[in-house]
Amino acid sequence: MKLSRYLIVRLVPWIVPLLLLAGWQWAVTSGPTPAAVIKAGWRLTRSHELPIHLWESFKRAMIGLAIGGGLGLSLGFINGLSAWANRFFDSSIQMLRNVPHLALIPLVITWFGIGEQGKEFLILLGVLFPLYINTLHGIRSIDPKLIEMGRVYGLGRWRLFRQIVWPGALPSILVGLRYALGIMWLTLIVAETIASDNGIGFMITNARDFLQLDVVVLGILLYAILGKLADVFARLLERRLLRWNPAYRHA
Amino acid sequence: MLQASGVSKSFDGRAVLSGINLDLGPGEIVAVVGRSGCGKSTLLRLLAGLEQVSGGCITLAGQRLAGLNPATRLMFQDACLLPWRTVLQNVVLAAPWPDSIKTAREALSRVGLLDRAQDWPAALSGGQRQRVALARALASNAPLILLDEPLGALDALTRLEMQSLIEELWLEKQFGGLLITHDVEEAVALADRVLVMENGRFTLDLSVRMPRPRLRGESEFVTLKERLLTHLLGY
Repeated sequence: MKLSRYLIVRLVPWIVPLLLLAGWQWAVTSGPTPAAVIKAGWRLTRSHELPIHLWESFKRAMIGLAIGGGLGLSLGFINGLSAWANRFFDSSIQMLRNVPHLALIPLVITWFGIGEQGKEFLILLGVLFPLYINTLHGIRSIDPKLIEMGRVYGLGRWRLFRQIVWPGALPSILVGLRYALGIMWLTLIVAETIASDNGIGFMITNARDFLQLDVVVLGILLYAILGKLADVFARLLERRLLRWNPAYRHA
Repeated sequence: MLQASGVSKSFDGRAVLSGINLDLGPGEIVAVVGRSGCGKSTLLRLLAGLEQVSGGCITLAGQRLAGLNPATRLMFQDACLLPWRTVLQNVVLAAPWPDSIKTAREALSRVGLLDRAQDWPAALSGGQRQRVALARALASNAPLILLDEPLGALDALTRLEMQSLIEELWLEKQFGGLLITHDVEEAVALADRVLVMENGRFTLDLSVRMPRPRLRGESEFVTLKERLLTHLLGY
């Protein structure tokens, strides 16, 4: 009884994708069927093309996320903890934030060429702001009474940060991370489609030129899977780090 | 030990406290009763060093107090536990090195919550949270505990339990304390001295010399309580 209920709860989210897949296979008159897409995936894996493209895309995404995320987090903390730093930086950051980072592509190509740095720079810009804003918001939303309590109990600056500020801001930071991951994939797609000689985006553009629609669909599916994996990862982080919060325990 | 002499405090030119004299020693509980907004919480914040006086001075063992008061620990109406730390970690935070874990466990067992040490604060009831806050204050080993309506948000029964717990601990540890409350009965039950505050100054000073634990039905208890109420209500 219990086990079957568990299985049903686990399986329900898969019903819609599976039905769509079946409908797709059945309804296709032109373009690739799911079976053709799977075949293309197998072919490209055997020829080592797919793993290489996947790895290049993944590497780019991670480097951009690490640098941009680190910057966003640090700026968020600096501005959240110091009123002067906030006065100094915040309005400039807000101004930059409102520039759609993809509008910078022509500039980025001029600056960096079509090499790695340009793409990493775009991803960096994309993930910086959601992490910045959510870190700042996380710090602002900490109950000031808790900070006061910490001070009364003699916590120094570092312990105040470790014990109160960081864990207090974490729920909001993780929301920022999930946002950032979404933007990260979006930026990657655009950057790789426009100027690249490897990565999934390149694979798709290339396949389009040779009218290999099965590979195009495969690339799109891969983006969906990567995005989903990133989200699962972020959720696992939330569940682990926010165990104390009843709202996340059964999420 | 902690002395306030001629202390006044004003916010934006509005006087909240004026001419306050108070002497807190170890082993003595002083209660301050008064209506909301009479300035009693401000006095407590001044004594804790969370605010600076506008006039007069506060001295700790003869030294003028500057910044946070190292000899006092606070307990508020809200337990102020860190929700992201376990019950034990919350208490360890306040306990001095290097025996902090041992001290914390002792304090928790003293308030009867050692079996909840690994729980998150969110899993506790309001009364239990307040007991953890009390354990935290105990674990810090500060000679003076400042209590700002610590039982104000609890239901009547839990409040009675907490009052007798505080009294027991006080008899055992002989810490000194300032208890801010609007509950006259609580003041008479716990304090050695009850001060009434009205509009930022003390208007009544009563010693309570009843043996502990105090029975609320005793005639002396009732007389003191009536006297305080009559004064507060201005009959």
